[in-house]
Amino acid sequence: MKMAIDTSGKHTTTPAENRLVLSHLYVAFGALFVGTTFGLLQTLARANLMQPPPWFDYYRMLTAHGVLLALVFTTFFITGLATFSVYKTIARERRPLNVGWIAWIVMLAGTLMAAFEILTGGASVLYTFYAPLKASPWFYIGATLLIVGTWIVFLDILLNLKAFRKDNPGTAIPLPAFMAAATFVMWFLATLGVAVEMLLLIPWAFGWTSGIDVLLTRMLFWYFGHPLVYFWILGAYIIWYAVVPALLKVPVFSDALTRLAFVLFLVLSLPIGLHHEFVDPGIAARWKLLQTFLTLMVVVPSLMTAFAIFATFEESAAAKGQRGFVNIVRSLPWSDPVFAGIVLAMILFIFGGFGGIVNASYAMDILVHNTMWIVGHFHVTVGGPVALTFLAVSYLLVPALTGRKLWSRSLALVQVWLWFVGMSIMSIAMHTQGLLGAPRRSADIAYAGAAVAAQWHPWALVTAAGGVVILTSVVAFAINLFATIFAGEEGETPFVFAVARADEPPAPKWVGNLGMWTVVAVLLVVVAYGGAFYDHFREHVYLIPGLRTW
Amino acid sequence: MNIHRAETIFIRVGAATMLAFFAILVYLAVADRFVPPSHQQTIDPATVTSTAPFDHPGLVRTGPNSYDAYYVARAFSWSPQSLTIPLGSTVTFYVTSLDVVHGFTIPDEDVNVEVMPGWVSTVKHTFLKPGKLLLLCNQYCGIDHSTMYASVTVK
Ligand code: HEM
Ligand SMILES: [Cu+2]
Ligand SMILES: [Cu+2]
Repeated sequence: MKMAIDTSGKHTTTPAENRLVLSHLYVAFGALFVGTTFGLLQTLARANLMQPPPWFDYYRMLTAHGVLLALVFTTFFITGLATFSVYKTIARERRPLNVGWIAWIVMLAGTLMAAFEILTGGASVLYTFYAPLKASPWFYIGATLLIVGTWIVFLDILLNLKAFRKDNPGTAIPLPAFMAAATFVMWFLATLGVAVEMLLLIPWAFGWTSGIDVLLTRMLFWYFGHPLVYFWILGAYIIWYAVVPALLKVPVFSDALTRLAFVLFLVLSLPIGLHHEFVDPGIAARWKLLQTFLTLMVVVPSLMTAFAIFATFEESAAAKGQRGFVNIVRSLPWSDPVFAGIVLAMILFIFGGFGGIVNASYAMDILVHNTMWIVGHFHVTVGGPVALTFLAVSYLLVPALTGRKLWSRSLALVQVWLWFVGMSIMSIAMHTQGLLGAPRRSADIAYAGAAVAAQWHPWALVTAAGGVVILTSVVAFAINLFATIFAGEEGETPFVFAVARADEPPAPKWVGNLGMWTVVAVLLVVVAYGGAFYDHFREHVYLIPGLRTW
Repeated sequence: MNIHRAETIFIRVGAATMLAFFAILVYLAVADRFVPPSHQQTIDPATVTSTAPFDHPGLVRTGPNSYDAYYVARAFSWSPQSLTIPLGSTVTFYVTSLDVVHGFTIPDEDVNVEVMPGWVSTVKHTFLKPGKLLLLCNQYCGIDHSTMYASVTVK
């Protein structure tokens, strides 16, 4: 049986495949609803407008917020999106779905296990779970299962790529499937770090080992933690590169450059985790400087992405006879909530990029490290651009997968604007608090009336106001989602991935050679981390017993 | 692979900006010793409180205008709880933790370093403004983390 190479982007997935993808998305949405509710409560607590009850303290809430949004919402959405990108562009008759379902079950079981521990107070260690804070072992095991589940998703992607190669020798993998695969190669290499960390933490949490190497666990965590943020961004980039042109009815700006950007992100995300540890003791300044350089290199694929987006907008405007910045902006389909949401997400990301350069500035990090500036930063990266892109594309994806029309387009449009406005308000206020010195991860920022702390309170109120707007947006999303699923009119919603222009020559072989890029990535990791790990293992390191301080 | 001319220029300019940017960081690091706190010294947390210098945390004079300050962090307090620093002096802080990870920061003065059990963190700072400063823990360390602060008076 020969597989069709879907050059139209119009092949549709089967109802059985759709159910699998939807199952991923539904878990993501559930995590979003619970997680953002906690987010609002945190802003209220910090603004002194409400005190969390003793049986559900601030840090339990903050752990739930971080884990549910940064780890569960994002991961489930991306596994769903990647699976969809592969299934939709690699048509197969009677595709086996058992690997996909096993992955989902393992991910869900791990999530429930970790969530149970967090909600019942056994794991108030925040989403970074820095040792020697010692959570219940079941929290670490749950998190490990979530990760192992994503490896099974990766396996499913690889099996589909293999089937494609077998039937279409010499043909490049369809672009959306390639982007999904590159994202998961990066994710797999990154999660190896946290998996090793778990191998240290789990026996320690059970009490089988008496102490833990604190700095080593932090290095392993951030070796994973930085590519984690690129995992989120690449999920959004799949949509920016392959769905946005389709919405505008123009081809992909450049198939070859899109592939190149993804492999550059793959390679450049991994060797830079130390920029989260600029002010850690025990790591020599020179290794931090080396990783600063590698961190800044990401400017290249980032600018390629920005260029492709603007070029796509320009091309779509040109097709309507429009030129010049103002006319191009006016000609875009702002009344489409999917498009509007994604563009608003892109605008937020510009500010995320600016802030990121500040954070990456080596010794300058002392100005912002562990302040609310950082929290403002990741709400205009993952909380704004990534989350808003996912919500906006859901207005297309959920109707396409369920066969029910979107319940209300206008509510959707209001929702994406509310998110944009709310995130802008909240994030500006968080950045400002940070510059004034307000610490993050603190339940009460009054500090007994200290002079410096008095400046923080007004901005904490503004932060809470932004939080109210975002949560209103979440409610609007939830109403629309449930109404679509349960009361939506039956009917088809086409979901189309953009394809390359007909006259674009295929990308050079080396660009798409993921095996080669994996080797490059590993070598760069060795260069970037070799010195720091070598130093570390020469030190006489004290192993630290675990503590439950909550 | 076709790369549009405008894109080539765009990326070159971006990459050049990035390199200039990095050059500034390297210049500051070399010329001004403006590097992030990166002290590499381990310490046995079990004997911190019984061994000098951390058995008597506080200020030690090391020169006409320079001091060393020793701090011990534990959930949920700093030792010393209050410290007075002469105006205009340069202080090198040595900080370690008895239990979990903490964060040593004086927001008014941009003193900021992570503190880990088993390690000594250092950070050097010159105090040029008089006043009563807040020193707080900026790394989550447990249920009463937000009550973990102390005061530093510069006069
Ligand atoms: C209603 C919307 C939201 C509100 C009101 C909100 C509010 C907050 C606040 C106030 C904090 C800082 C608390 C502290 O450091 O003490 C925080 C932390 C955080 N938020 Fe949000 N947030 C929202 C949505 C999101 C979304 C959509 C994401 C990601 C997809 C996200 C990811 C995070 C992460 C990763 C942290 C850090 C947690 C930690 O420090 O351990 N948030 N959020
Ligand atoms: Cu990072
Ligand atoms: Cu603390």
